[in-house]
Amino acid sequence: MYSYTDFDRAFLAERNRQFRAQVERRIDGSLTEDEFKPLRLMNGVYLQLHAYMLRVAIPYGTLNSAQMRQLALLAEKWDKGYGHFTTRQNIQYNWPKLSDIPDMLDALAEVNLHAIQTSGNTIRNVTSDHFAGAAADEVEDPRPTAELIRQWSTDHPEFQFLPRKFKIAVIGAPNDRAVIKSHDIGVEITEQDGQRGYRIHVGGGLGRTPMLGKVVREFLPKADLLPYLEAIVSVYNLLGRRDNKYKARIKITVHENGLEKIRDLVEERFDLLKSQFGGVDQEMLAAIEPQFAAPDFRDAATGAFEAAYSNDPTFRSWVDTNIAAHRRADHAIVSISLKAHGKTPGDATGAQMRVMADLAEEHAYDELRISHEQNVILPHVPKDALPQLYRALKAEGLGTANIGLVSDIIACPGMDYCALATARSIPIAQEIATRFDELKLEHEIGDLKIKISGCINACGHHHVGHIGILGLDRAGVENYQITLGGDGTETASIGTRAGPGFSADEIVPAIERLVVGYLDLRNDADETFLQAYRRLGAEPFKALLYPEAREKAA
Amino acid sequence: MPRPFTPKVITANALIEGDVVYLTEDDRWSRALKEAEVITDEAHAEVRLLDASSRHAEAVGVYLADVAVKDGTPEPTHFREEFRRTGPSNYFHGKQAEG
Repeated sequence: MYSYTDFDRAFLAERNRQFRAQVERRIDGSLTEDEFKPLRLMNGVYLQLHAYMLRVAIPYGTLNSAQMRQLALLAEKWDKGYGHFTTRQNIQYNWPKLSDIPDMLDALAEVNLHAIQTSGNTIRNVTSDHFAGAAADEVEDPRPTAELIRQWSTDHPEFQFLPRKFKIAVIGAPNDRAVIKSHDIGVEITEQDGQRGYRIHVGGGLGRTPMLGKVVREFLPKADLLPYLEAIVSVYNLLGRRDNKYKARIKITVHENGLEKIRDLVEERFDLLKSQFGGVDQEMLAAIEPQFAAPDFRDAATGAFEAAYSNDPTFRSWVDTNIAAHRRADHAIVSISLKAHGKTPGDATGAQMRVMADLAEEHAYDELRISHEQNVILPHVPKDALPQLYRALKAEGLGTANIGLVSDIIACPGMDYCALATARSIPIAQEIATRFDELKLEHEIGDLKIKISGCINACGHHHVGHIGILGLDRAGVENYQITLGGDGTETASIGTRAGPGFSADEIVPAIERLVVGYLDLRNDADETFLQAYRRLGAEPFKALLYPEAREKAA
Repeated sequence: MPRPFTPKVITANALIEGDVVYLTEDDRWSRALKEAEVITDEAHAEVRLLDASSRHAEAVGVYLADVAVKDGTPEPTHFREEFRRTGPSNYFHGKQAEG
């Protein structure tokens, strides 16, 4: 992974020193909240319902064991013993004191982590495929490109006050595991005539006006990436609306101006900018790339793995759901579920973080990843280590075999923590997971993505859930709307609202009717919920959700 | 006709801890809603809000929140305020754990 240079370390130390002084001036009263707020937001500090919240970036979701241990230390020393991994490959601490945050940032800097640009109208943490560098379907590891973008966008003087926040995701495989079409810019590594380059998507976003990104450049030569991205962001910076917060994202700029006009303006700007980079960006990329070289994989015997797979049904179940194909046949990609039934999606205790760090160090070449689906990945595990790894995870409450299943729910913090939320998300996720665990149906149901947001801003990605749940405040009561048919992969689609919302008491039974009813609608066990929905359309699913409407019509 | 003024309390988050506080009649910031001054007069509310908002080295995000007075003590009328005075529902953290 990327190692900080002296320049990086000095930059971060200086930023942390500045913020410490800003916090001191806020506490002694020389700065008002209005003056301090933009400063704290630049450093990832929010004020939420019950406390401050510190959002720490995990660039493109990659961590080593030392970094994970430091995240555990922060949780235990300055928070309430846990952290919350988010859909943006960040970790959030829900209970820090303002006066402790400078020390937390210094502790993060010791392991090359920071909270810069995790808030505010800037280019945010660059996200990526959580299987990067390991997946069998990969064209190229997207992380060097993501790191280049991180360096370019961090403290970029032109882009500190954009019309609105700006999110970039990078993938290097045809299967999109990073939801690139829901990002302001999606960068996809491709090949054309034997040349590596990028397909650039622009104008995606969820929130109150969900839109999928559109291809603004079908093939961009690799060397042109930064000037081209700079061209897009500077066109947006000028054209993006600052009069209305809800129309300020680039998706609206693209929608209002049209893709053709945006493309022309970007190309014009790109022609000007291209020469200014003068190749220094490519020199930097060349220096970054070797740092992401694959580990020195050892040969693994698979006999012990196969024996355990045959003899131990709980291990087999975990392997069947939580293991993905590695590019080496004798290795595996392990997804550690942070979705134990009834627990808070994405939360890990300090002790759990430390166990995952130890296991990564011992068995997985010291690498961990955080997924946008709020799970932890060990990207490179020799297959002979899997039985031992599974036992260690299980002992720490981390052995849940549910990746990609009904209880592997994305949920934003919702009104349990978030000042913007209109309803709670976490208890709904907990109840759905608990209910389907009782029914013992989730393996039979198979691949199903439920995503829950506690407000229209859609941090819980409900629009791209096969089943999306949106929590709203309807006349002072929590109310939950269901969307159907969303998809966050390379076949992306925005879900469609099913009908009237459900109360907090009605939502879990409604989801149960929908999912259990799907079992009767599908052609066979191989037809997923989404496939059945696409084949049959919304009507039979609406009939499951609203049986009383059907009775009335009859 | 203007809408009748409903009872309110002044609430905010404490500067250092960030937790929920309520303004008392004797100008303290209390952690407990039951100690809050219940304001029933609109003009008085405006003055109290202005004064409280100027105490920017103590509290952040000062605003008026609706309450209903039951047996002489203020109770939240909206679930958001109920969570603010209690804490999150997924862990026994926050106000509910502080007694």
